[in-house]
Amino acid sequence: MIQIPVNTTLLRRILVAFVRNEVEKTGIRRVVVGLSGGVDSSLSALLAAEALGSKNVLGIMMPYKSSNPDSQAHAELVVQKSAIESLAVDITSQIDAYFECFPEADAKRRGNKMARERMTILYDHSARWNALVLGTSNKTELLLGYGTLYGDMASAINPLGDLYKTQVWALAEAMGVSLAIVQKRPSADLWVGQTDEDELGFSYRDVDRLLYCMVDQRYTRAELMATGFAEPFIDDISRRIMNSQFKRRLPVIAKVSQRTIDRDFRYSRDWGK
Amino acid sequence: MTIRIAIAQVNPRLGDLQANMTLYQEKIRQGIKERADLLMFPELSLTGYYVRDMVPNIALSANSPEMKNLAALSRELSFVAGLVEESADHRFFNSAVYFEGGAIRHIHRKVYLPTYGMFDEQRYFARGDRIRAFDSKFGRFALLVCEDLWHPSTVYLAALDGALAILCPSSSPLRGIVDGQPQDDNARYWEMINRGYAETYSLFMIYGNRSGFEDGVGFWGGSEIIDPFGQQIAKAKYYEEDFVLGEVSLDTVRRKRTMAPLLRDEDMDLTINELLRVRGRPAPQPKVQKVRGAKIQRRKKALKVQESKKISRRKRR
Repeated sequence: MIQIPVNTTLLRRILVAFVRNEVEKTGIRRVVVGLSGGVDSSLSALLAAEALGSKNVLGIMMPYKSSNPDSQAHAELVVQKSAIESLAVDITSQIDAYFECFPEADAKRRGNKMARERMTILYDHSARWNALVLGTSNKTELLLGYGTLYGDMASAINPLGDLYKTQVWALAEAMGVSLAIVQKRPSADLWVGQTDEDELGFSYRDVDRLLYCMVDQRYTRAELMATGFAEPFIDDISRRIMNSQFKRRLPVIAKVSQRTIDRDFRYSRDWGK
Repeated sequence: MTIRIAIAQVNPRLGDLQANMTLYQEKIRQGIKERADLLMFPELSLTGYYVRDMVPNIALSANSPEMKNLAALSRELSFVAGLVEESADHRFFNSAVYFEGGAIRHIHRKVYLPTYGMFDEQRYFARGDRIRAFDSKFGRFALLVCEDLWHPSTVYLAALDGALAILCPSSSPLRGIVDGQPQDDNARYWEMINRGYAETYSLFMIYGNRSGFEDGVGFWGGSEIIDPFGQQIAKAKYYEEDFVLGEVSLDTVRRKRTMAPLLRDEDMDLTINELLRVRGRPAPQPKVQKVRGAKIQRRKKALKVQESKKISRRKRR
């Protein structure tokens, strides 16, 4: 059975160093992070607290009226344990005001609006507090495209972007995130009863094993089948990765000049730092 | 002869020559204070690694004022700098420069430029075209840069060219999480080959890596000095800035080569011939020893023939 390496000691060491280095080199000392009560944001917040000091991390909880009440309780557990700063901003009124004009909007539109509203709040507070927005999207959801473009996917730096969900769980547990958080069924909590695995149609542990082989280890289709992955599963995941590539790139620009942004105008984000 | 070697496992500022020159000066002062004879800086530590389109803006030619300033810093302490070099015909190289006694003693232009996965060096840099050992005041060394060491041929050539120590500046990124080891898998691979080369070619491996992050890519540090018996003489921290020192005694090379004269027994002609065969090129013909008199004999013979032809023509008339 394929085992995804989890070396939590090494991951912790690297990711804490990453947050410290990539934040401090910009001249900024603090980060803000959206605390959903889920395992990803909990882990991100703890890594940042260790890297920068807990007083330099602001966790913002942004419930909507239909959010699972456990979410806020779990977020508060993280705040207590890590002693980071925190703030709660209820997003119900602004979301409802908007949809009064478009009452026919479906759950997906409403969910995406909430995700993007949360993003705008985080960015406003990053300006208010002179901080960077810390990301929480993990590699599994980024590869599958299971995230809102310019919503929860938006951040300045993201320590979890190269970790599969399996690794997030392992590292969160190793760093003392409450088992209630680690073990609950992952959910974007955008509508009542939503869970990631129901929406996706497979479990994170299963898809992580496939992604690790397909993406990290570059197995061919034949090798994947020989390993025991079912053809329809391979096809479904391959399609999702391909169809979500647009979410992992900057917007498409029409090239007309001799030197175009992100194509032949190539500089590092850390340019000068 | 014992050489006190320092390795400055620095975290340079990306694209900021001024800041990195200051960093160099600071570390050289530290090296002098710690009585180092030789100081290693990592690959591209004067510029940062992912310089990309900045390359033309931060390149230095061998006779530029910045190079002269660097050379001036080497009066009390020899050092290896990692920088972008511009040739007279405007090609850019990923170069390691050995400064000694106020001058440039040797430049190695990185030959093997990784251009796959996360790397894009051949887009920006020209390839170096030689592997040479050189004579420093301490002894015969070679300079190889990072990926050069992933091709055993370079260390092989340097060893056969007489290098007793390989100085390897590097900007090696961390990658590959594996259970049950304290370092990433790329670090483990490097440590294995450094030790393998040291023991196989009976020489010192002096490996200077950098620390820090660029665009989320971390560099694994772990700089080290390995002796010809595979012993670790110095080791820097993983994933952090550091400054380490080690005493290198070239007598160790002599002892190892006395016990196991592998380089002495190396058959270079076999290697050359087999390489030519594999490459599909004819093996060189053994050179015929030219006898000095042979040319004169042939000339005399030719003259005789000419003469006899003239005589026969005269006779016919």
